[in-house]
Amino acid sequence: MHRFANPARFQRIARRILPFFAGATVLFIGFGLYYALLGSPADYQQGETVRIMYVHVPAAWMSLFVYASMALSSAVALIWRHPLADLATRAAALPGAAFTALCLATGSLWGQPMWGTWWVWDARLTSVLVLLFLYLGYIALVDAFDDPERGAKAGSILALVGAVNLPIIKFSVDWWNTLHQPASVLKLGGPSIDGTMLRPLLLMALGFTCFFVTLLLLRLETALLDRKIRAVEERVS
Amino acid sequence: MGGYAVFIWASYGLAAVTLGGLAALTLWQRRRARRTWAAVNPRRESAP
Repeated sequence: MHRFANPARFQRIARRILPFFAGATVLFIGFGLYYALLGSPADYQQGETVRIMYVHVPAAWMSLFVYASMALSSAVALIWRHPLADLATRAAALPGAAFTALCLATGSLWGQPMWGTWWVWDARLTSVLVLLFLYLGYIALVDAFDDPERGAKAGSILALVGAVNLPIIKFSVDWWNTLHQPASVLKLGGPSIDGTMLRPLLLMALGFTCFFVTLLLLRLETALLDRKIRAVEERVS
Repeated sequence: MGGYAVFIWASYGLAAVTLGGLAALTLWQRRRARRTWAAVNPRRESAP
């Protein structure tokens, strides 16, 4: 892990893998959109609205995955003081918040025709809303200090504490009686949805993941550059 | 897509705006940082 602690080495590696992830994003989302909108059947219960799931579910998975990554990099930053870990946590926060907001908005757009309401204070919906507030809280907190190091430390602690919410989101549909349906893909015994619907779901999920990695690499490069600019400006003044 | 078309297209439109906006913001921030770096450190022709 400390092999990548050298920013110059990290940037060399990032530049090499960036085109691969950008290309994979276009390919996976392109094929995913084809299968989501044209190449998959309507559901026998949900009808055509099942197509909203091909955006909603990958966005929900990404909201959890990005936060788990942030918690992990925060732990690395606090324990080993890895020079890139704080920057990685910070770079991931905005995309994570965007995925969470997208998950909530598309869920609402699915809920209106299927449940007859845009929103219910259901355990799953509420815990995902808390996740969005955690992302926004992190973004606000890291910029609230004059000393960037103190801001990063406070943000890392918040990211770690907030990770408690992840299992609550995942198991909320099992622990409480909710309107939200239980897991149908990531569960013991394997997925319970048909292959024709699983294909666009997985393609879109892979596309979203590659998109996130592409963004993360670009945002990290920008953050490293900003840090260098600050150092030069401090030296000059 | 019947009477649900508006909900479906709204979802995909929202995804396009969110992800496209995020990509545009990231690229704009990167370009701005590169330009500032070139200004504060003119000896280097390109970003490190």
